[in-house]
Amino acid sequence: MSAQAPITAGSSRAQRAMRYVLPVMVFAAGLVAWELVVRIKGIPPYVLPAPSVIVLTLIRDWAVLSQSLATTLLTTLEGFLAASIGGIALALLFNQSKWVEYSLFPYAVVLQVTPVIAIAPLLLIYLEQQTAVVVCAFIVAFFPVLSNTTLGLNSVDRNLAGLFQLYGASPQQTLRFLKLPAALPYILGGLRIAGGLSLIGAVVAEIAAGTAGAGSGLAYGIAESGYRLNIPRMFAALLLLSLAGIVIYGVLALVSHLVLRRWHESALGKEN
Amino acid sequence: MVERNTPPTVEASLTALAVSLRGVTKAYDNGITALGPFDLTVRKGEFISLLGPSGCGKSTALRIIAGLSAPSSGTVRVARHKGSVQPGHVQPGHVQPGHVQPGHGIGFVFQEPTLMPWTSVRENVRLPLRLARVPKADARARADEALASVGLADFADAYPRELSGGMKMRVSLARALVTDPEILLMDEPFAALDEITRFRLNNDLLALWRRLGKTVIFVTHSVFESVYLSQRVVVMTARPGRIQADIRIETVEPRGEEFRTSAAYSDYCRRVSAALAPSYSGQSTL
Repeated sequence: MSAQAPITAGSSRAQRAMRYVLPVMVFAAGLVAWELVVRIKGIPPYVLPAPSVIVLTLIRDWAVLSQSLATTLLTTLEGFLAASIGGIALALLFNQSKWVEYSLFPYAVVLQVTPVIAIAPLLLIYLEQQTAVVVCAFIVAFFPVLSNTTLGLNSVDRNLAGLFQLYGASPQQTLRFLKLPAALPYILGGLRIAGGLSLIGAVVAEIAAGTAGAGSGLAYGIAESGYRLNIPRMFAALLLLSLAGIVIYGVLALVSHLVLRRWHESALGKEN
Repeated sequence: MVERNTPPTVEASLTALAVSLRGVTKAYDNGITALGPFDLTVRKGEFISLLGPSGCGKSTALRIIAGLSAPSSGTVRVARHKGSVQPGHVQPGHVQPGHVQPGHGIGFVFQEPTLMPWTSVRENVRLPLRLARVPKADARARADEALASVGLADFADAYPRELSGGMKMRVSLARALVTDPEILLMDEPFAALDEITRFRLNNDLLALWRRLGKTVIFVTHSVFESVYLSQRVVVMTARPGRIQADIRIETVEPRGEEFRTSAAYSDYCRRVSAALAPSYSGQSTL
């Protein structure tokens, strides 16, 4: 056993390194192949731009693109905050009263299953454009927060709940010391999904809105570049959107890890 | 049979009692009667075991005493504060669990350690005091004291996941003791532990009981554990749980490891096993 330990430790470290090295290698190989195909076949940039052209476009158009990125990120952030606060608050309300839950939950589901791309035009009629876009991001992102928080609040250990009852805990104490901490891993899981979804909601709404101007987001940039056959810029904007999504997910995963690292299974190493 | 206004004379005669159950039954909504009618009196400072086959309602009885579950009929009296017995805190029939005012004079140890994984051992032990709004400095001192009494003074800042099963159970015991309760209710607390750990905890529990003089009601399905620990073994029948036998265990106190191997011990174990046998007759051993 002890003789084998260093081997397994070494191989597991190598395995962990491979988890990062392999996808990067696949990515690099893909880029090289793409670049080669475009160059050898002489494909024009308005059909398929080479990666190098996309990067150049990104640098050249940075002034326009960065402004669009900021707009989209702001919308995403507003939608995400609204979804987080709304989802958690509604779940707490549901937890306090079964009647409220029975009355409202079906509508939360309806809101979730109706495609946001179909709701967006209606919202754009009734609401100011910026508000409508944020509301779209909210609609897409709030359901996972609501359903995860509800699940978390209902997953409280029965014996612990009995213990709180035994010591005459008030509803506020039970919420603060028992239900919210017990639900925290679920809430963080919900927020992690909501982060990505609010970006999707923002993009969908921007495309539906389709209005030009200084404050227009990245999605509008993609749509507009499409009309103009400015394919390299489409790719550049798409790249930025992808990166934004990855960063949002990474930040939320990091927050979740930092909050849970001392106690929750999901944040502990496998060896423990 | 429900008594609400007990005459003062009866009240006075009950002062030496910690717990008194009269004709207590528990039926679930699906019509299954889990318990009773069940009568039990426990004197202050007594260590008794409730012993019976699984599903005989011994945990139900414990939860009723704790006020975590309402009886379907009968009266429950529990001494809350030193020297007094208050009228039944649980009235049958129309009690909503949330409306029961459970006593702070009760400490409860569950079958699992039932610790909050998100906070330190000290905070877990401090919880009952925190819920009672005891000032933080005082509560911390008392939590540390309770931890020291179960031999875990050095682990106050650890998290529950960093402890072994036996240590978690000790934390759970410290938490039950931190309010200095009159009565300690224990629901098969050591059932999930290995034998060596269980024996050690048995001895530590006996030492604590001798030192603190608490009333202990200990639920177990182990004949050997019940005889070793308690002054009285109350043997229960299979569902619905009633009292089959009430056997007093008398030996030289304080008990120690030598009692475990004595002839008297095996005699008692044989008697208790014999009392328990009818509960299993006609039942599949599975």
